[in-house]
Amino acid sequence: MAKLAAVLATTHHPFYLKATTAPADQQIPEAPEWKRKVEAYRETLTKAEPELLVMVGADHFHQFFLDNYPQFLIGKSPRYDATFYNEEREFGIPKYVLEGHEDLSNFMHKGLLARGFDFAFSNELKLDHSIICPIITTRPQADLPVVPIYTNIFAPPLPSPKRFWDLGRAIREIIDEYPSDKRIAAIGSGHLSLELGGPRQFRETGPDPEFDRQAIEWLSTGNIDAILANVTHESMARSGNATHGFMDLILMMGIAGPIPAAYSDSLSLFHTMEAYITWYPEGAAQ
Amino acid sequence: MSRYYVNKFLFTVDRDPELLRRYKEDPRSLVTTWEQSIGPKLNDVERSTVHSLTDAERDALINHDIVALFEMGAHFFLSLTIFIAIYDEDWMQKYGPLSFQRDFAKRLAHWEGRDYPPVGE
Repeated sequence: MAKLAAVLATTHHPFYLKATTAPADQQIPEAPEWKRKVEAYRETLTKAEPELLVMVGADHFHQFFLDNYPQFLIGKSPRYDATFYNEEREFGIPKYVLEGHEDLSNFMHKGLLARGFDFAFSNELKLDHSIICPIITTRPQADLPVVPIYTNIFAPPLPSPKRFWDLGRAIREIIDEYPSDKRIAAIGSGHLSLELGGPRQFRETGPDPEFDRQAIEWLSTGNIDAILANVTHESMARSGNATHGFMDLILMMGIAGPIPAAYSDSLSLFHTMEAYITWYPEGAAQ
Repeated sequence: MSRYYVNKFLFTVDRDPELLRRYKEDPRSLVTTWEQSIGPKLNDVERSTVHSLTDAERDALINHDIVALFEMGAHFFLSLTIFIAIYDEDWMQKYGPLSFQRDFAKRLAHWEGRDYPPVGE
């Protein structure tokens, strides 16, 4: 059976690449520390020696729109183009082509359906920065095949936090059952408190630093009970109108299980707090 | 009211460099063109008869009226992204980094601490 080598839950700050590759005299003061932290985080994936990546993210109205927006969707392509024109324009993120893994995509899709998760699917999915940002930060050589999973954290009504946790648990079971000797890592990106297009955007910190500290503690201690007792769609909206991306971090903890993280780091930046969490569910790479 | 159609405008224009350029340079003309030939499109052949803009929605789009769009429940991500594309570079040169984004927030300050207009059900 496949081995789940590592589970990573990370924020995806689309300006990381731009901020850390600008000429030194034009970089924000936090750039060197940001780069150090990201490279240290990358090492938590590298040392798990993954061969295949299950990637969790959310399309930001790049491929999907309100005429036909899936709650949960899996990519089933042999290959994935990535980065849309308006992301290159705004964030300076380059184009990528990632190899897919049709066998695991199909196995995952059937396994999800069997567990009551009626996923939409796409044979022509183009990936956006929710998946490419963590590739840039954790696997910049972009050399491993991926199985992309998209969630709806963006176009209400949204699935519940509990549903994201349960989905993570189901993905874990399917990875554990996958008949392969491959080492699989699951990498998902989301947000802590975040405001976009509202009165609390682009401040010196994220809109709710207290939630951010609490959320990182919950994730790093595997405390799903506290998350489900405290986090609702309404509570996330009070922390910032785009905070619902936190549910993708809950999903990742669902893949790991209710266990303490092996690695947890954060960085307060303008506009948002970054979080970098890694679990090694079976002690792999420790 | 068609919040959906306002969002469709923002979505289709933001993803197309030529439409975006026209929306920046002559918003009234682009909104007219969009309502006639782009908004109704389902694909290259099919047309929808379902949606239309109200006068208030049309005015908000023509005037790049961030506050009105927020208050009618236009999706925050679409609104932020398209107006960054239109204004950020000019504001950066005049007033420095993030000046447009911070002014955008300031114009919505009266919503802080309140429930925002819903962007979906």
